Amino acid sequence: MNDGALAIDLRGLTKRFGARTVVDALSMQVRRGEVFGFLGPNGSGKTTSIRMMCGLLTADGGEGHTLGWDIRREAAQIKREVGYMTQRFGLYEDLSIRENLAFVASIYGMDRTRQRVDTALERLGLQSRQHQLAGSLSGGWKQRLTLAACMLHEPRLLLLDEPTAGVDPKARRDFWEEIHRLASQGITVLVSTHYMDEAERCHRLGYIAYGRLMACGTPQELVERSALHTWQVGGEGITALAEALQGAPGVEMVTHFGNSLHVSGSDAAALEAATAAHRADPRQHWQLTRPALEDLFIHLMGQAHDNFTGNRAS
Amino acid sequence: MNALNRYFSLHRLLAIIVKEFIQMRRDKLTFAMMVGIPLLQLTLFGYAINSDPKHLPAVVVAHEQSEFTRSIVAALRNTDYLDIRSATVSERDASEMLARGEVQFVLTIPPDFSRRLIRGERAQLLLEADATDPSATGNAIAALQQISGSLLRHDLRGPLAARQTAEAPFELVIHRRYNPDALASYNVIPGLVGVILTMTMIMSTALGLTREVERGTMENLLATPVRPLEVMIGKIMPYVIVGLVSMAFVLTAARWLFHVPFIGSLPLLCAVILLFIAANLVVGITVSSLARNQMQALQMTFFFFLPSILLSGFMFPFRGMPVWAQWIGEALPLTHFMRITRGVMLKGNGLAEIWPDLWPLLLFMLVMMALGLGRFRRTLD
Repeated sequence: MNDGALAIDLRGLTKRFGARTVVDALSMQVRRGEVFGFLGPNGSGKTTSIRMMCGLLTADGGEGHTLGWDIRREAAQIKREVGYMTQRFGLYEDLSIRENLAFVASIYGMDRTRQRVDTALERLGLQSRQHQLAGSLSGGWKQRLTLAACMLHEPRLLLLDEPTAGVDPKARRDFWEEIHRLASQGITVLVSTHYMDEAERCHRLGYIAYGRLMACGTPQELVERSALHTWQVGGEGITALAEALQGAPGVEMVTHFGNSLHVSGSDAAALEAATAAHRADPRQHWQLTRPALEDLFIHLMGQAHDNFTGNRAS
Repeated sequence: MNALNRYFSLHRLLAIIVKEFIQMRRDKLTFAMMVGIPLLQLTLFGYAINSDPKHLPAVVVAHEQSEFTRSIVAALRNTDYLDIRSATVSERDASEMLARGEVQFVLTIPPDFSRRLIRGERAQLLLEADATDPSATGNAIAALQQISGSLLRHDLRGPLAARQTAEAPFELVIHRRYNPDALASYNVIPGLVGVILTMTMIMSTALGLTREVERGTMENLLATPVRPLEVMIGKIMPYVIVGLVSMAFVLTAARWLFHVPFIGSLPLLCAVILLFIAANLVVGITVSSLARNQMQALQMTFFFFLPSILLSGFMFPFRGMPVWAQWIGEALPLTHFMRITRGVMLKGNGLAEIWPDLWPLLLFMLVMMALGLGRFRRTLD
């Protein structure tokens, strides 16, 4: 087993379902001990990629290693060392909290099952409710319970597929605290998400669209590396302004951020020209700003779309 | 907007009706069930069900051949109740054929039949019936008894005309084998063993496996080191045990509540029950691999269960059904299992006698296994 610095190392990974290529030559590296954010629009192949990383799906092409194990041939070893949290609640709603944990512990063939379950319950703070059915828990508690179940067998890598969907902000914040606490203990975490505030909390990010990796790096790197220029506009009449700018040459994106507007484009000169007339409007104040991650990702998505449809036409 | 619209609007009603039709068209299985089940029931109850089965297979054990016996056999053939095979067989062969269910009746002509008839001594013919299913033989027996009196009317001429008494010239002795009192419970309870197993086993496996997929717990389960085979066996095992327990219960009730005889070997029956459970579980697995949710699994189970219960000979005498229905029945495991349980319990059949129904059961299981397990494997990827 190659115990290098990479927890996940994918090279040219491809998965097809019938004629549809869901993951297209994906190459991506996740370093040990980091919290890696996996972003991309719905249907971009995030879940399929994660399933391949943990050996649930067999890749059609390319190769990959998870924790040094070959994802095609050594899925059994991977499963033993990886904790995978599915998008949907994957525990049994008709089993109690304690029964669920005990079941997972014995599936992994853990020794001292009772003691481990007790410890997990204590850490969760669910001791008093251990005989309650898992189905009766709120979204936030279900997610914490699932995480605890994933951690029972002390995995070295956590794969979390949209763990915070439908969870309230407080529970989300607690969840992320827990993720960082785990990372500080040396556990690698790959987490897919749609939330930009969560993306900002990751050490590094990978953005995929149409099954292809569009960008990869720290949030700061991504923003700096992007060729995107963004104007932030505040003041009155910005809704009318947004409509006027939408689709103007050089303007690729117009996005509302609360009371202000982000106007972005990758060609600085064209953007300058398109906005020049509006910038004279005294009701508004314009300033050049760093693009937000969201600007960047929507831009990437547009790019991916152009590439994709462009490829199709050719 | 007028007042009526506030309480009931045709537009809104129409919107819902149209939506229902669109959904009905999308949900092909429910639609098939709505159309298919009435169709199935119509053809079955309309054509297949004949509670007065005719052309029941029969053989003759002739210890003597004379113009009288030939005349009697010909006359019995003419009743349409019996399909008498032309070759006569030995007593032993006839008995075995009856045990295997190959024939429904055996007519035995004793060696001195003609002599006794001519002398005016009470001549007797023995008609043995496989009465495990009293409804299959009841009508035939009643009809044969009635006509036996007039059978030799044309043959007793000249000096023998004196034998044409008010009483019948000979006596047709009827033995209802295996079920002398023609009790329906003797037939129904061994059949029920199979019916209960078919329903519970297929449904529980199909629902159990589909539920894991539907609720998303299967993915979680497969992400653990657990092997697909372990999941499958682990999920099925409890149901096998429940199935065996319920069988023990049914068999005990059969013995002590309904006083159904148990002549054959219990270990043999248990072995066949295990095989039958396995066959049904494989059907359940196949269903679960086809069904996308528990509702569909339930519908498919019903699709399999309905013909099983109607065409296996449980509800209606198998030989009373038209040939096409009998062919469908032969393809169903319940048909063969029911014959085996009736054979073992009521006739005391052993392995040799049940073999003709055992191999179709094995074949069914192997074919289903190839189908179901093949699909199950793929659905995991």
